[in-house]
Amino acid sequence: MAIFLTSDSRVMIQGVTGSEGRKHGRRMLDAGTAVVGGTNPRKPGQTVDLGGTDVPVFGTVADTMAETGADVSVVFVPPAGTKAAVIEAIDAGIPLAVVITEGIPVHDTAEFWAYATANGNRTRIVGPNCPGVASPGKSNAGIIPADITTEGRIGLVSKSGTLTYQMMYELRDIGFSTAVGIGGDPIIGTTHIDCLAAFEDDPETDAIVMIGEIGGDAEERAAAYVEARVTKPVVAYVAGFTAPEGKTMGHAGAIISGSAGTAQAKKEALEKVGVRVGRTPSETARLVRGVMQARG
Amino acid sequence: MDLFEYQAKELFAEYGVPVQRGRVAATPAEAREIAAGFAAEGSPLAVVKAQVKTGGRGKAGGVKLANGPDETEAKAGQILGMDIKGHTVHQVLIAEAVDIAQEYYLSYLLDRAARTFVAICSVQGGMEIEEVAHSNPEAVARVPIDPLRGVDAAKAQEIIQAGRIPAEAARQAAALAERLWSVFADEDATLVEVNPMALTDQGDVLAVDGKVSLDENAAYRQDHEKFADAGAADPLEARAKAKHLNYVKLDGQVGIIGNGAGLVMSTLDVVALAGESFGGIRPANFLDIGGGASAEVMADGLEIVLSDRSVRSVLVNVFGGITSCDAVANGIVSAIGMLASQGHAVRHPIVVRLDGNNAEEGRRILAEAALPTVEQVATMDDAARRAAELAATAPATGA
Repeated sequence: MAIFLTSDSRVMIQGVTGSEGRKHGRRMLDAGTAVVGGTNPRKPGQTVDLGGTDVPVFGTVADTMAETGADVSVVFVPPAGTKAAVIEAIDAGIPLAVVITEGIPVHDTAEFWAYATANGNRTRIVGPNCPGVASPGKSNAGIIPADITTEGRIGLVSKSGTLTYQMMYELRDIGFSTAVGIGGDPIIGTTHIDCLAAFEDDPETDAIVMIGEIGGDAEERAAAYVEARVTKPVVAYVAGFTAPEGKTMGHAGAIISGSAGTAQAKKEALEKVGVRVGRTPSETARLVRGVMQARG
Repeated sequence: MDLFEYQAKELFAEYGVPVQRGRVAATPAEAREIAAGFAAEGSPLAVVKAQVKTGGRGKAGGVKLANGPDETEAKAGQILGMDIKGHTVHQVLIAEAVDIAQEYYLSYLLDRAARTFVAICSVQGGMEIEEVAHSNPEAVARVPIDPLRGVDAAKAQEIIQAGRIPAEAARQAAALAERLWSVFADEDATLVEVNPMALTDQGDVLAVDGKVSLDENAAYRQDHEKFADAGAADPLEARAKAKHLNYVKLDGQVGIIGNGAGLVMSTLDVVALAGESFGGIRPANFLDIGGGASAEVMADGLEIVLSDRSVRSVLVNVFGGITSCDAVANGIVSAIGMLASQGHAVRHPIVVRLDGNNAEEGRRILAEAALPTVEQVATMDDAARRAAELAATAPATGA
């Protein structure tokens, strides 16, 4: 089953003719994903070559869905066009939109999120500024390198791309049901809590790894959710203990303001509800390994 | 990007948010001239305010009242050059003094948890709003704003009422709130704050102090350059920015280069943790070279990191995801060659940890290159430990 993305998923790409769209479209195909088409409003009717596989290009998301049965869209359009692209995906009623684009003004994200909410949240939005969703061995929507890990029964949710890859690689012998890179921006469409809920309900997931970082209070809220609702074992890692106050560390959301958003506060909140928190990514991987071995 | 108070107030004025008259001065003589202008128009009382991007300047002695040009010049002389929480005062705002009857609070900001914007309004202004929220939570109103609708006259009135702003100020405060929203929305701000929003003895409502943070992601459609604060930036950070490198200077001894914000942040933590065993060795910087990790980017990164005089060892921590490790290894070898040919031969020990796609090939390339300063360590934890150990024992040589 996995979460959000399965072997039945039919994936399209908004911005399929751009360099990022083509490069990662090819990688998604190589990972066994059913990449069924993409959009470029100026090039409907053409095809695009994704490493030897020709994929049809449509003018709109709605046309792509009608012609190909696409039910997942991966958004690679540049920041200035992202808001319009996501709103188009919402209007077309696609069930899942994965927004890879980095550097979107937060006012634009706030607007497309409000638009999604006003339309009843029929479209799940992952991101923006995220590596995407990967269900190893089944489907890959985004830029997570598929070949660093294997299919298995660990669920992973993370704010950070490279830390996601690191964790998937360290635990490649055990494998993952689904890894969701939710992104580090201040406003994101899918949260730690959404993923915890989905993994809790997924019969193919036995344990959950949660990777957080400084900024905001998403990890604290996730801790409260774990305490109230999650029965599966959760192991966590938080990055940014040495980050100084007021300095942005790469992600737009990764900034400590005043006493809020520190790694220490997040770690304490998680440990208080029984979540084991690793001090380094490797120690975190060892904790997960222990949990999985204990389950046999 | 945070603005100085004077920049925030200039923006406010552009949008019709009422502010008292004022101008910024970099020298006591300039301060005197501004005060003389006010005095000539019959307002000899001026407030001299340190322009620093941190709170608590009043308590630090960075805000003083002055009567006339002589006193303004003297007080400006006292405040300029002052250190407030590590920020040197390079400019003062000379503002016309106003007779404040009451102080209120108003701001717009991002509410991450609710994934929308929120207005915060309170009849108790003039102090830190967190303190008011703590001691008297009912006095602080939080009103969610629909980003698709924004703040019109009716919404502005709702915010002001929720904050219990008294009747004598409510109409003007609502007008201010509506205009302040335009600043927030049209300038791509993540925070606009007016504290205090003052009611004067004359019955006017105006922004006596202001704070604005702008969204750097919106720089492509906004003119943020005009607010650039070249004087304050760390020179290494400025150089890195010019090369499009995401570099933050810290105060330790181990230079850090990695790919991906989360992994680099994590690397800093792991180095600091390992450094505890070596007398408190700490990371010297944050440097994310991104997914690409080409030789040029690696060379630029090494050059910046090694320009920091306190750096004694370097840890290159790369996970090959999209980029494979053989490309990264070739990047490191050519980067060190490039630096040597430019007369910047690397003398510091460099610990390299490569993992992920094609890691074995990457390690082989580095081993064959046999660079005398480069040492490979297989895991992130061990690499951090080795880099900390080397920093504790290596002499500071400078690049």
